[in-house]
Parts: sequence; structure tokens; C-alpha cells
Amino acid sequence: MNTHANMDPHITPIDQEFFTKLLNAPDPIAASFAEDATLEKYRRVKITKPVIYVGLTSSSEVAGAFDTYNEVQRYLTETGVDADVVTVGSLGLCSFEPMIDVQLPGKCRIVFQQVTPEKVSSLLDGALNNFIPTEFALGQYRQSIHQPWPGVPYMDEISFFHSQRRLLLQNCGIIDPENISDYLSRGGYTALALVLRKHTHEAVCRIVEQSKLRGRGGGGFPTAKKWLMALQAAADQKYFICNADESDPGAFMDRLLMESDPHRVIEGLAIGAYAIGASKAIIYTRNRYRLTVERLEKALKQAYQLGLLGHNILDSGYNLDIVLRKGPGAYVCGEETALIRSLEGKRGMPESKPPYPAEKGLFGKPTVVNNIETLANVPTIIQKGGEWFAAIGTPTSTGTKIFSVAGKINSTCLVEVPMGTPLSKVVELAGGVPEERKLKAVQIGGASGGCAVPETLNGPIDFEALVDVGLNMGSGGVTILDDTVCMIDMVKYFMHFIQKESCGKCIPCRDGSRRMLEILENITRRPVNENGHNTLERFKGVIHLESLAEVMRDTSLCGLGQTAPNPVLSTLKHFREEYEEHIFDRKCRAGVCRDLRTFYVDVEKCTGCTACARKCPTNAIIGTPRSPYFIIEDKCIGCGVCQDVCKFSAVFFK
Amino acid sequence: MRSRIESLLENYAHTKRDSLIPILQQIQDDLGYLSEEAVVLVGKHLDMPTSQIYGLATFYNQFRFEPKGKYHVQVCHGTACHVLGAQPILALLEKMLKIKDGQTSRDGQFSLQVMSCIGACAQAPAISINGKFYGKLTQERLKDIIDELKQH
Repeated sequence: MNTHANMDPHITPIDQEFFTKLLNAPDPIAASFAEDATLEKYRRVKITKPVIYVGLTSSSEVAGAFDTYNEVQRYLTETGVDADVVTVGSLGLCSFEPMIDVQLPGKCRIVFQQVTPEKVSSLLDGALNNFIPTEFALGQYRQSIHQPWPGVPYMDEISFFHSQRRLLLQNCGIIDPENISDYLSRGGYTALALVLRKHTHEAVCRIVEQSKLRGRGGGGFPTAKKWLMALQAAADQKYFICNADESDPGAFMDRLLMESDPHRVIEGLAIGAYAIGASKAIIYTRNRYRLTVERLEKALKQAYQLGLLGHNILDSGYNLDIVLRKGPGAYVCGEETALIRSLEGKRGMPESKPPYPAEKGLFGKPTVVNNIETLANVPTIIQKGGEWFAAIGTPTSTGTKIFSVAGKINSTCLVEVPMGTPLSKVVELAGGVPEERKLKAVQIGGASGGCAVPETLNGPIDFEALVDVGLNMGSGGVTILDDTVCMIDMVKYFMHFIQKESCGKCIPCRDGSRRMLEILENITRRPVNENGHNTLERFKGVIHLESLAEVMRDTSLCGLGQTAPNPVLSTLKHFREEYEEHIFDRKCRAGVCRDLRTFYVDVEKCTGCTACARKCPTNAIIGTPRSPYFIIEDKCIGCGVCQDVCKFSAVFFK
Repeated sequence: MRSRIESLLENYAHTKRDSLIPILQQIQDDLGYLSEEAVVLVGKHLDMPTSQIYGLATFYNQFRFEPKGKYHVQVCHGTACHVLGAQPILALLEKMLKIKDGQTSRDGQFSLQVMSCIGACAQAPAISINGKFYGKLTQERLKDIIDELKQH
């Protein structure tokens, strides 16, 4: 591996010496959390000049954070102010991006929200001169030796943060993900150092077993069980794979975690690899996630440079190489056997288990595949102990879980809560639905998940409780739906996705998803020239959907096919009347299904310009020029052309 | 073209099938797409039938077989974007550019690609044109953006 070729400017020889000494201390964990002047320098507690932190992630990039970053740089060059600019990750409050933090010597670090490029100069003009524009200030970090800003709440007082339990996200948005010393100065890699020095392979597995950690990728398989199986398998070579190929549509927690705190994942992966005795580990992320790839590459390079990876790590005699592989993008590659095929240079098609990958995986060798969120838990488990971790959450589902909340919600965000927290709490943390709207359903688990209705939101979320109510944790993507969303359209969207992403190996999934999509399209299509046969098919639709869904669930080869009918089944259970409305009344109450809309002309607004009548493909619009027109409902095919061409907004639909 | 692919393949001398995907990725990064010639050359290099390589490349979302347009338009179609109106945005784009997902317009100006999720759900619906992102898009703004690009 060609990682030593060019040195990273972030690590100086002094850093290297200091941190090597720290990690070699008799108790590295205690040493790294000690009050130490040098450590505080790395944690930026004591600073000599102003520091400006800009949150740069793939999420804030779309909000324009890179423009903000460039504007900050331009401002500093133009005004000649001597300040450091530090890149940080995401705090999880995606709706308030771009965010920048300002820290003046002796003052608390303060966070500003929605700093678009044009706001930068006025904001910095004030903030660097001890005057803060409070309307942009979100909060400030508590630090006893610093002087607080008046009128700005502390971060830990803001209900969004204090209602969460941030174990995995503790560094996100605070540390520089591109600089390993930030992570090290906050106790990073001490768990790895401790494990290499004090624990045997099996002891590590036992600690994780004690913590009852379960896979966060969706399956919820006990992590230690996988590890022990791989540890006990005899082989000359073992592999450890980190599945960082986040592919659920509408889920973004893994990406933000990797972009905000990449070293946590790498440390967890290194500990996992040690636990099973693997000397080769692979991070499988997606080629398209440019920033994630960039940050992980940088992080790996720095870890190699400090001797935390590679040959004879920290003089323990243990060797580990971590390679980053960029997946070409397929939803099914979230399944471990499919992921392994993809790494072998084949199509990502799942295989039947057993044999489990832990016995016969990549190139036929014992392999463990873990999701990144699972691995990110490992350093904390080692530091604080398995029992400590097992005490968080519910007895069967321990620890915390990150949810990405998006959709029709006031604030799109990442929240990390202990397992067992009700979904309603998650919705509440994200600010609820916009005021004039009503919460209709909460979709959890992406394309393989189901919908929960508002009445059932108070039940706890853990692996078992969700399955009991017919849901699936999935990877933790939560989409909030309000009354402007059509459930049939939602299910059609998921089925379209599944149909496209089905690998095609087993028939129930390949054909079942296509047939289901066809039925859903039939339900939502306007019946033009419909003969008796088609009408019958429509009526039979729902009955077919149910039986198809059951066949798919019971007979598909992998998780993708088995969970694919979940959106259909859960909406059939809770929103059956909406299906019936679509079929019998040919009405879509949310007005989303384009083909089922009936158009009307508002006589008040229509000027009789004839534009719609001329464009109408079925001549369904009649009238006399310069007086209001009229749409014949029977002839209308609901194409919406009239609405598009009307300059007076006189055409509306019900 | 041929020499470029061949020089690229030199970096992968003595490799086996597991480097097939990285090879194809590098070719696509370099040329913007996988040409027929490239697929044939990779087949010869790895001693694999062309059909198998094509079968693999079509399996994954990343690979494309038409050159990118001058403006490569990527539309996010994640759940949040769908709920917040990605479908009308996509329909409008298809209408304005007269191409569908995965195609390139005849004059080579525009190419369109639907993505499963770009992870910026707070800015939904979002698109990216040649890597520059546009978030919280409305039909009107999209019209203006495309009209302006068409002028160039």
C-alpha cells in the first residue's frame, strides 16, 4: 500500500512523538482525558488567535457551505485578520446549515446558523470585534475557563441536544475530521492501544458480547456472535469488512458520521479486525460519495503515518492493512454476501446462507461484515466496558441509535437516542410537521421498512418491538409524511426503487416486485379505453398485492426481497381505505396521483383566452372565446396540459 | 482513446478479476463513460469474455455507456426529495431537455441521471449540474437555470 508516499501536512513530528507517547502510557484512556496543557492545545481550549470553524459535509455542501468557506477565507485575506479556519463536520442540524462557529481567545465557542455567503462579512465584522448578531447565534459551548457570551444559550441547554444521548455523534461538528490530532486529543485510538496491549482476541469478543451490541445495518444480528464465529474458524487469512455503502434512499446518517468523525470508524474497524485476528480490512463505501471517500482516504493516511495501522502497530506485533474500496452503487450490496461478491469483482448477487461469511466469505476465507454505525460503537464499548454499554437502551437492544429524520418535517436532522425511545420523541426532536399540516405517518427503515401511524408512535423503538408491530428498523432512516402525501404514491415509489434494484437472481423478488409495481400503477392510472378485463384486474389488485407480498416475504433469497413488501403490507394495514378510494372512487385524496385528478375551470378567473382548449389533446374543453370555459369530466384524461398553459391560474384540480 | 485506455491498463498489470471494478471506475473517471472499445480492451487485459464485463457494468448504477453531455444534470430521487416534489422536477427536466434518465441529448449539451439519494435531505428537492448543487428547487427556478444554460 502506497500510503507513506507523501506526508500529510496535518501531522508534525512533534504531534507524532507526543501522541505515540500518550498511547504508550500505562493507561492511555486515563492519560488522554487528563488535564494536560498540550492536550488542551490540541483540543483548542487555549487559543492565541481567533478560530473560525466551518461545517463542511455532503449535506451542507448542497446548502452552500463551500461558498461560505471560500467567503470566510476571502474575508480574512481582505481584512488581514489573523485567524485560523478549521473544517468541521455536521452537528446533525441539517436544516440550519451552513453553520460556522467562532471562537475568540478566552471566550466561549459560539455557533451561528444559516450563514449564507452574503452574511459572512457582516457576521465576522461583528463577531471578531466582540459583538455578536444574536439572531444568527444558535448556542455556545460550555467551558468553565472561558467567558460566556451574554444572551446566548449553552449548547447543552438547547432541548434538541440535551434530549439526546450522543455517544457516536459526540465529536461530530466539533472536531476537525481531516486532522487526526483532534480525535486523538479526545481519547481517540486509546481503545485500540489498550486492546492491543492488554486483551487477547477472544477477550475483545467477550467484552462486545457483554455489551450485547447488535448490527446497526438493519438485521440486528449480535455482533459478538459473528466475531466469535470468525475467530474460531481456522484459516491462514481472515478479512474484516466495514460496510459503508449507505444506500437506503432518504437516509444519510452513515455518510455524515464518516464525514464528521472518520477516525472513530477506523478505530472500531481496527479493533474488530484484531478481535477476529484479521490482518486485512476493507472499507466498502460508494464511489459517488466524493467527500466521504476523500475524508476516509485522508484519515487512513494519517493513521498509517502515526503507526496506528500497518506493520507492528504500537509495538504489539499485530499487523493490519485497511484498504478503501469504492463501490459502484447497488442497493443489494448492503447484503453481506452480495457485498463480498462485489469485492471479488462480480455482480453483487446474494448467496444463500449457510455457509455464513464468517466461515467462508471473501475469496473463501472467514470474513466479518459490519455496518459502520456498529463499528463506531466499539471504541466506546472498550473504553467504558461492556456492562456500561448494556445498561443503555432496552435489555435486548442496547446502546443508542442514530436516526436521520427527513421529509415533511420542520427540521431535517440527525438524532441519536437510546434504544427504546418512542418514535414520537424522534419526531418531536425534529420539530414536528409544519404548523398547518397534520402528521399522517412515519416511514421508518427506508425501502424495506413500513409506516407507523400517529397512534402507534408511543411504542418504544428497539429491534423486537418494531418487528412486533410489523415494522423494521432498517438502517435508521425516518421519513415524516403529512396529509399532502399519497400513501399509494409512496409505496409506488418504494416499489419502483426495489424493482430497479432487485439483483434478478431469485424469481419472487425479481418478478414479484415488478408485478406489484404494475398493480400499483394500475390503481393509480386513469382508466382510458378500459375494457372489462382491465377493470377486473384493478379490483383484484389489492387481493393480489396481499398474496404476492406474502410469497415474496416467505420465499425470497435475501433480505432485500424478504423485506421489500413491508411498505405494501404496512400501508394495506393502516391505509386500506386509501387504496379503496383509489380503486373504487378513482380519487386521490392528497391530489398527488396525477392521473386521478379531475380538473375544473374557475369561472371567476377564466378570461376565455382559448389557450387550454387549443392544447387539450382530447378536446375536453369547450366554450366560447372571451367567456369562461368548461371541462367535460368524461373526456378529460387528467394530463394537466390545461393547467400548464393557463396564464391566469384558472385551472385547478380536486 | 485506445492509447489512453491501454496506458491506464498498464497500472493494473498482473491483476485478477477483483480489480475489474476499480479498472472500470478509473476508465469512466477518465473518459466519462465506458465505450465499447474500453470494454473489449479490459476483456483482453483480464482474459474475460466481453459479455461478462458488460453484464457486470450494467448491473451497477455508476457505469454509463454514453458520453456525458456538456452539462451533466443529476437529479436526487431519495425519499425526502420524492415527498417534497422530485417527480415534477424530473418530469419538467425530461420535457425541457427532451431526454430520459441515462441519456445524452443529441447535440451533446445535456445528459440526465437520476440518483437514489445524495444525502442532502434538508435541501430537498435537489439537483446537481456538473457537480454544482441546487437545493430547495422550484419549477420556476429550474426553468430559469436550464434556460440560462441553454443560452451558452
